[in-house]
Amino acid sequence: MPEKTVIEAVRESMQIEMRRDDSMIILGEDVGNRGGVFLATDGLIDEFGENRVIDTPLAESSICGVALGAAVNGMRPLAEIQFADFVWPAINQLVGEAAKVRYGTNGVKTAPMTIRVPYGGGVRGGLYHSQSIEVLFAHTPGLSVVAPATPYDAKGLLATAIRTDDPVIVLEHKRTYRLVKGEVPDEEYTIPIGKAEIKRPGTDMTIITYGLMLHYSLQAAEMAAANGIDVEVLDLRTLRPLDADAIAESASRTGKALIVQEDTPAVSIGSEVSAIIGERCFFDLDGPITRLGPPELPPMPFSPIQEAEFMPSPEKILAAITKLAEI
Amino acid sequence: MAFNIELPHVGESVTEAVIGKWLKSPGDQIEKYDPLVEIVTDKVNMDVPSPASGTLTKIIATEGETVAMGAIIAEMETVDGEVSVTGGSPAIVDAAKAPESPLAGRIGTIVQGANVGPTGGEFVDTSLTATKPADAAAQNTSGRPAASNGRQKGFSPVVTRLAAQHGIDLNSLVGTGLGGRVTKKDVTTAVESGGTGSISAPQTPQTPQAALNEDQVIEPSPIRKMIANHMVKSMSEIPHAWSAIEVDVTGMVEWRTANKESFEREHGVRLTYLPITLSVVADALKANPRLNSSWSDGNIVLKSAINVGVAVAVDGGLVVPVIHGAADSSLIDLAGILGGVVERARSGSMTLDDVQGGTFTLNNTGTLGSVWGGAIINHPQAAILTTEAIVKRPVVISVDGVDSIAIRSMMNICLSFDHRIVDGAEASTFLQSVKSGLEAIALTSDLK
Repeated sequence: MPEKTVIEAVRESMQIEMRRDDSMIILGEDVGNRGGVFLATDGLIDEFGENRVIDTPLAESSICGVALGAAVNGMRPLAEIQFADFVWPAINQLVGEAAKVRYGTNGVKTAPMTIRVPYGGGVRGGLYHSQSIEVLFAHTPGLSVVAPATPYDAKGLLATAIRTDDPVIVLEHKRTYRLVKGEVPDEEYTIPIGKAEIKRPGTDMTIITYGLMLHYSLQAAEMAAANGIDVEVLDLRTLRPLDADAIAESASRTGKALIVQEDTPAVSIGSEVSAIIGERCFFDLDGPITRLGPPELPPMPFSPIQEAEFMPSPEKILAAITKLAEI
Repeated sequence: MAFNIELPHVGESVTEAVIGKWLKSPGDQIEKYDPLVEIVTDKVNMDVPSPASGTLTKIIATEGETVAMGAIIAEMETVDGEVSVTGGSPAIVDAAKAPESPLAGRIGTIVQGANVGPTGGEFVDTSLTATKPADAAAQNTSGRPAASNGRQKGFSPVVTRLAAQHGIDLNSLVGTGLGGRVTKKDVTTAVESGGTGSISAPQTPQTPQAALNEDQVIEPSPIRKMIANHMVKSMSEIPHAWSAIEVDVTGMVEWRTANKESFEREHGVRLTYLPITLSVVADALKANPRLNSSWSDGNIVLKSAINVGVAVAVDGGLVVPVIHGAADSSLIDLAGILGGVVERARSGSMTLDDVQGGTFTLNNTGTLGSVWGGAIINHPQAAILTTEAIVKRPVVISVDGVDSIAIRSMMNICLSFDHRIVDGAEASTFLQSVKSGLEAIALTSDLK
């Protein structure tokens, strides 16, 4: 099977969906002639033309508002937010409006729109190019939020997001774009929203994670295996709705849960995963539900030394694994 | 650099040890191979040598604590770069080297040195190739702080549930978790081993009650606890059966009386009955291999070697040094080997070799005046034989078809055997072999 990077998988998925569905358009800053700041849409304007691959002004509220209007009027728009850090002006369009369309119109209208949002740090992006913004959207009923971490999942989940008749936020960790390479079939396929996947089976504890931290966690799990600790790694893949069954099944089986995330822990995805485990696995737990995340600070530091200190790393995850295993 | 000292694996089938006296204190400078701590296992008592040179910083396993092999018992600070160990600075492991699964290809691999800058250009990822000091202290985990010393209070929900489900008394388990916490694994292990904990927890003395009825509560010594555990294991796993037979050892007594002095003069070893019976028992084992076996995972394993353990009383307990290749040794050799090993047992300086590999046990309870015994088998062996006191008794004997009463030296030998492996008939055949071997000895015998 051909090997592709995450960014190649994302591009391929959009290309396939654009060919499948004439009502689909792509809009965003520099997505046309420039091919996107990460080159995700590279070449798409040549194939589909500037009426379907639309360069927009630097105005996220407008990008999302236009996408929403197109969606409720029968098109299937895909909006790219250049960096997650700039999505905040579009909160009203996404959280306030798009999420409520189906309910607010009693099902008469839906908003089949996809918002691609490159997020996350560890790229020396500093304050404005490193944020993790998932929680606000994952909190919102009416939105689906997916966060694929592998090229295979990126292609399949993006395809599903585009074909879904309600708004889906697709979080792509920008560090994984060219960092992670894996097998991706050339043909189309979809991966269901709301399904987590065990990326590494184990018996001693479960790491629950997503995004870039999946890869760090897998590395840490291998190091722990060398010390005789058998760690299961569950990749959430979808942050809303969370796959509570998969989380509870794995945590119950291993008896210990370590949640690893790049986002600050307070009121986060990890908080919700903790609550699920607390509610559903109490009588199977053999250790405290543990969360590993960065310190509760507003920004991802720009200095590489401070950035490395801020981000969870395989070594820090290994230390947390070891501590939990010894309890 | 900080370095964890683990309890070393000290021998076959030994999975845990009781910590004895610490010979070094935190802050002490220690050289590699310096004796650090005494440990007691059900096989051997030994000193654990220091795995490296440096400074002992912390003792984790305290005296009297039962610790699994491989568990961390202390921490030390070593000179940088001197040791490389598991658990030290971890190497970066490529996720692609994960165990093969259908997922392996799809999860993807990390591209070393990939461009991951915000615009796909400027910033080359080096964080995965550079070695970073892993600062465990800096990490931000929400888990409750580790308990310091002493047994942690409380059981986790899963431990409580499993214990209730399987009728396990949690107080009978010694935990392998942090601070002696009983873990899920401890309970499942206890369930698998038949519903009771394999290890008894040290009972906390009930001081007020003790004072009331004037009973004295003694905290057993580590070796006492080991013996206790070993006996419980043997009695609960092995269905014991017993058989005894009386042996006319008049000839052996006469032979020994006649040869005692010359033997000691020529070989420098005191001649006791033990090497003589040992030699006869080893021959009988050769003829009855089922008595020289083990019940193992539903199979009977006939042992190729005949290694007879000899129970030796020592201060506060009992140890069983092993005489290797007992069937192939001369009486003179056996006497010499026995003398040495018993001496080492009594002085507490036995080596691992002295206690490993036993296939059968001989217990000379006769020296204590005992005339009958039902010994507990030395797990996982098939049988144990006691030789009881030699006493003169009037016995009916037949000489040339004429019965008469004579004063003879008589000795009972008592066999406890694993009824899974042998039945009464085979046990009796073995006892008869020993009996005829011993009774064949006469004043005129030429034993070497």
